[in-house]
Amino acid sequence: MLANIDLTVVWALIIAFAVFAYIVMDGFDLGIGILFPAFPPGIERDTAMNSIAPVWDGNETWLVLGGGGLFAVFPLAYAVIMPALYAPIIAMLLGLIFRGVAFEFRWRDPRHRALWDVAFTGGSVVAALAQGITLGALLQGIKVEGRAYAGGWWDWLTPFSLLVGLGIVVGYALLGATWLVMRTEGSLQDRARTFSLWLGAATVAVIAAVSAATPFLEGKYWERWFTMPSVLLTAQVPLLVAVASFLYFRLLRNGAERTPFLLALGLFLLSFVGLGISIFPDVVPGRITIWEAAAPHASQVFLLVGASVLIPVILAYTAYSYWVFRGKVDAAGYH
Amino acid sequence: MLANIDALLLARAQFGFTVAFHIVFPVFSIGLASYLMVLEGLWLATGRQVFIDLFRYWIKIFAIGFAMGVVSGLVMSYQFGTNWSVYADKTGPVLGPLMAYEVLSAFFLEAGFLGVMLFGMTKVGPRLHFLATLMVAIGTFFSAFWILSVNSWMQTPQGYATNPAGQFVPVDWWAIVFNPSFPYRLVHMVLAAYLTTALVVGAVGAWHLLRERTNEGARMMFSMAMWMLAVVAPLQILAGDAHGLNTLEHQPTKVMAMEGHFESHPDGAPLILFGLPDQEAGMVRYAVEVPKLSSLILKHGLNEPLKGLDSVPRENWPPVPVVFWSFRVMVSLGMLMLLLGGFSLLARYKGRLYEWAALHRFALAMGPAGFVAVVAGWITTEVGRQPFTVYGLLRTAESASPLQAPAVAASLTAFVLIYFAVFGMGILYILHLMAKSPHRGEHGIEPGAPIRTAGITPAPSVDPDRHLQPAE
Repeated sequence: MLANIDLTVVWALIIAFAVFAYIVMDGFDLGIGILFPAFPPGIERDTAMNSIAPVWDGNETWLVLGGGGLFAVFPLAYAVIMPALYAPIIAMLLGLIFRGVAFEFRWRDPRHRALWDVAFTGGSVVAALAQGITLGALLQGIKVEGRAYAGGWWDWLTPFSLLVGLGIVVGYALLGATWLVMRTEGSLQDRARTFSLWLGAATVAVIAAVSAATPFLEGKYWERWFTMPSVLLTAQVPLLVAVASFLYFRLLRNGAERTPFLLALGLFLLSFVGLGISIFPDVVPGRITIWEAAAPHASQVFLLVGASVLIPVILAYTAYSYWVFRGKVDAAGYH
Repeated sequence: MLANIDALLLARAQFGFTVAFHIVFPVFSIGLASYLMVLEGLWLATGRQVFIDLFRYWIKIFAIGFAMGVVSGLVMSYQFGTNWSVYADKTGPVLGPLMAYEVLSAFFLEAGFLGVMLFGMTKVGPRLHFLATLMVAIGTFFSAFWILSVNSWMQTPQGYATNPAGQFVPVDWWAIVFNPSFPYRLVHMVLAAYLTTALVVGAVGAWHLLRERTNEGARMMFSMAMWMLAVVAPLQILAGDAHGLNTLEHQPTKVMAMEGHFESHPDGAPLILFGLPDQEAGMVRYAVEVPKLSSLILKHGLNEPLKGLDSVPRENWPPVPVVFWSFRVMVSLGMLMLLLGGFSLLARYKGRLYEWAALHRFALAMGPAGFVAVVAGWITTEVGRQPFTVYGLLRTAESASPLQAPAVAASLTAFVLIYFAVFGMGILYILHLMAKSPHRGEHGIEPGAPIRTAGITPAPSVDPDRHLQPAE
């Protein structure tokens, strides 16, 4: 049966899923890190922290799964992308380490809490910015010769990659703010709602800017978006973005609590789908397709056996614990 | 050309630094998870308060050590690609799936059972909680299983073919996973984890015994650690010997470097105890040696021939002085561990286990010895594999990413600064916990604390009536 399915496509979908799962789950807690200095020390900060305390850690393991999975099933892509994006990847890892321990040390070492708060925000901003730059640099194309990266170590730094980096910081902040609208009450919620309005506008603006720039980066992107008849399908994506944005602002102003977060996630999903339209079936955009980068069938099958059992278990477990921690949170914790 | 060599050296330094930092945490976690399992099992079996007190004492330390292992491991999973991209491209089809299995199983374990183990005692009851502890202990072992399989394949590759793109591709997964050096390495490493943990637990017990001889918790942990040491130290020497013989069979060059044998000895090789290996001159200066002993150890015959590095082309020599010395550091510490175990048996026989201050000082001094021995052993095996990443097949110089030296220099600097700052804090915090003496009615981990280790805090461990406290 397995012989009839193109496992390379299956694996591309699994890796894409892991990456999106990571964005969905780590996005909002990185966002809270980004917004942290905007909340006054004391009750509001503690409440914001409490709202992510029980769920935030497992999120990062999706990032390991994305990286590890890429190494296992698309080793050539892993080998080309990592050196090309050396600086942002290393910065992201260091940011995540800093942020991860700051989270815990802040709690353990109250005398230096202000310092750890700075580390928490700094680590979150660096990690988000680096992820965006990574995406932007990947989209704008990296130089490949033979089976290796052939560019310099600053190639990733362009106005476009910085724009995408900024976009991810703003977008994660939006996820963080709408998450707080959903999970908190009172002054913190009011503050988060105001932020959500501005961040929503900024996110939509960045999405528009990146979308407008992307088709000009690479001939193939233009083809994939604008040739008939696929344009009939691809045109739905920006349309849906417009609808989601409209609903977002309307519902946010009307005092909705949950839908803004879900719609913000929807914006991310649509952007992710748009990204897929631009690059599929490449894994290194414009250079290497998923089939060229794929590990042999034997590797794909061997790992798929384990992944198809363990990933659903992990997902079910994750869903269950989010369910347990549903509801409003305040400085005293979950109700 | 010179710039490439520099970038290569820097990349090796970075990998060595980050992995040396990383390796000590999982080693401690493997041993401590098993120790916690034993403590809880004994508590369930005997109902004695001291066991659960010790369990709660050590689980706080376990949580932090495990957390640091997780974050430093995150870096490792990306570094194969960032710094060793050619290696990653070529070995990915074989080694990638093994590492992905480690990620999947480690994640599963982390999300599934750690939270219960750390927070769940009151909620799920002692028996289910014991199951969680058991699962965590098995999980740490499982993680070691996969990563050591990967490492062993790099030392003794088999079960692969090579495709036109120059990649290693899997032919026989069983042969890949259970490659020839893997069983020996796994046993040696797991025993090392137990020894390391026993030394740390023993040192903490000794520290508190030196201040307060009657402390029940300190007495119990010291006694348990010394039993562990007395039993496992001799076993480890046997396992190390078997591992050495396996290495002689599959990686003779590494053994030549460990022994400092530049020359072949057709009728019985001496055991060089100490000396200064000179790579350039191809000789060991000021050697203190026992004639024929090396042949006796490695070949079990006084006059058995042993080949030396003169039988290997120079470009395939590992850096002999590093391997020679790190091997001696490891073996000397192993002998000291054996001595400490013997000393403890003597003290026990004389009924002075808890009173003999010299024993306690010795145990205290040996507290970090396990970590040093593990790192020294790791240097022996990894540097001994040089100049290859995949032994005999892929040279280290041909494995590295096409990076410029300044990029690697910058990242190495950042890693050094941040690791010392961040993990230094974590280690200080662990020492702070160790300095507190164990007492009756020990508290577990404070409820509501955001523990990095806990993964997604699982539902059964959450008491619906308990409010998560603000980050006070």
